[in-house]
Amino acid sequence: MRIRRLKTAIFLVALLIISGCSGQPWGQKSGSSSGTSLNLQGSGSTFVKPIMEKWSSEYGRLYPESKIDYQGTGSGAGIKAIQNQTSDFGASDAAMKDDELQKALGGELVHIPVVLGAVVITYNLESVKQPLKLTPEVISDIYLGKIKVWNDERIQQHNPEIQLPATEILPVYRADGSGTSDIFTDYLSKTVPEWKEKIGRTKNPQLPQGVGVGGKGNEGVMGQVKNTPNTIGYVELTFAKANRLPTALVRNSSGQFIEPDAATVTKAAAGMISKMPEDLRFEITNAEGAESYPIAGMVYVLVYKNQRDAGKAKVLADFLWWITHDGERYVRSLHYAPIPPELVKRVEVKIKSLTTDGKPVRQ
Amino acid sequence: MAQTDTTGDRIFRSILLVASSIIVVIVVAMIGEMVLNSMPTIRQYGIGFLFGRDWVPSQNQFGALPFIYGTVVSSVLALIISVPISLGIAIFLVEQSPKHIATPIGFLVELLAAIPSVVYGLWGIFVLAPFVRDHLGAYLEAYLGWLPLFQGRLTGIGMLTGGIILALMITPIITSVVRDVLQAVPNTQREAALALGATKWETTRIVLGNASSGIAGAIVLGLGRALGETMAVTMVIGNSPQISASLFEPAYTIASVLAANFADATEELYLSALIEMGLVLFLVTFIVNALAKLLVMRVTRGTASAKHV
Repeated sequence: MRIRRLKTAIFLVALLIISGCSGQPWGQKSGSSSGTSLNLQGSGSTFVKPIMEKWSSEYGRLYPESKIDYQGTGSGAGIKAIQNQTSDFGASDAAMKDDELQKALGGELVHIPVVLGAVVITYNLESVKQPLKLTPEVISDIYLGKIKVWNDERIQQHNPEIQLPATEILPVYRADGSGTSDIFTDYLSKTVPEWKEKIGRTKNPQLPQGVGVGGKGNEGVMGQVKNTPNTIGYVELTFAKANRLPTALVRNSSGQFIEPDAATVTKAAAGMISKMPEDLRFEITNAEGAESYPIAGMVYVLVYKNQRDAGKAKVLADFLWWITHDGERYVRSLHYAPIPPELVKRVEVKIKSLTTDGKPVRQ
Repeated sequence: MAQTDTTGDRIFRSILLVASSIIVVIVVAMIGEMVLNSMPTIRQYGIGFLFGRDWVPSQNQFGALPFIYGTVVSSVLALIISVPISLGIAIFLVEQSPKHIATPIGFLVELLAAIPSVVYGLWGIFVLAPFVRDHLGAYLEAYLGWLPLFQGRLTGIGMLTGGIILALMITPIITSVVRDVLQAVPNTQREAALALGATKWETTRIVLGNASSGIAGAIVLGLGRALGETMAVTMVIGNSPQISASLFEPAYTIASVLAANFADATEELYLSALIEMGLVLFLVTFIVNALAKLLVMRVTRGTASAKHV
């Protein structure tokens, strides 16, 4: 009796598992080679999600037979997805590291820059109407808790025309691991030795005890800066523009104080073209050029050089070509910065290098 | 036994068996998976992980203590604020208020429970944090500033605001469960008490005594939600892994650090540390719930016999 009861139970569990699995696309292979509709899955950086959605909807309108789905899971998850081949392409705010590339199951990965981003310094100072000018040393000292009040001589000397209040500064940082923090800390590590030694380049900066508060996401940082007088924070350029936040001018490598916008960010990438290695893995923080905004970064789409599925490979290559050419016109309206024409040339070479069965996907 | 065993009964029993074994399978699978994936940090740091105070992922320093502290203190704070309010609302709804008032208020309470936590969080940043900074915190500092609890820099972002947000979020849960529990107390008890000349307050005390185990259950349920809440707390608690006596200072909770960092953690050790944090949260929840149950048993021991009247 008891054994029979157990048998029934096991049978029911098995039934449950099978019925649960039936939702899985068993016929995935046949679907992708039939050629009627091709579905590309991408995932990664939340930063590019708005433009990716715009691109995939516009592209879908032009080429209804291709469908591109993008999930903003975070750059780290996007890298994991492409490593494990659970996505057709990944997207990341920062280039993959060597050890991460080695963990890719599908062979050699190609980095394709698609759009540029930047990190702006925003603040809440009611009495200050014109944009603050900040140097990397000042930003570093504020975030290390060494500059404690707004009218500190080190800030004042770069802003002689501004009447700064004698109030305590409250720095706000990103508490969640993010490409924004990565670019921000990379910039300070390159320009301020003390920052490099104490904090370094990291997605998860840990300020000295008792300095500052952390916000989750751009909206968390913005919320705290907007609502707390005397705060300073760093957020993405697109986010700051969309919300019309006050932004500081930051001193670049040529000693100029530069306002962050699409033009100065694109110039930062243009200024570094000659230094970019063949694989295009490169930071554009503290870029050369008199008009380059220094806290900028590139967003990469990550794809395998050798594509397994010829049908998908064609769509992928065409899509990448389109977003870096015709699709570029949607970039500015969403407050991103387009990649400079010199870089587009190098991206073309990368897209043409994609192969399937040893043959190039796109001539 | 065998005579009464029909096919229908057997199937029914099997379904129930499957249903209840699923929960066991899920819990065991979760714990197993988490232990497996957190092996790198368990091996490297051992028990020291629980007592470490430094959390610097970029330098592979992982200590869970500030997060355990933040999780427990914010949840306890939430209970201290929420329990009296919830009990007050529930008692009013069941024992005092006329039906035409009780129905809309009960509806509002349930509405509060349906608000997504990110909305609570944003409201926390834009409304609650400035209020705590300019009014509540300033008041506490002025009158209770001699306590270490209410010293330090008042920014509106910190443990106090986190605790208040949590309290708001668990109030509807505790209220509606307590209300149901009170409604379940037979009316004959109220009538008997009133017939013996008890006042309204004395009657309510008898009802509360008989419902105490249910009320305690409601509080444990609220506590569970407070321990595991992520989004709203992350928005207002300041997310700084430190242990400070002051409620004005920023803190960090386990659930928050997981939600904030899991998606972007690629380094093996960091990922492992975060997963071990999940395990720690399991442990903390288990211990806190066990303590709460013990407390309930002690409190209800005197009234347990009355319950079965």
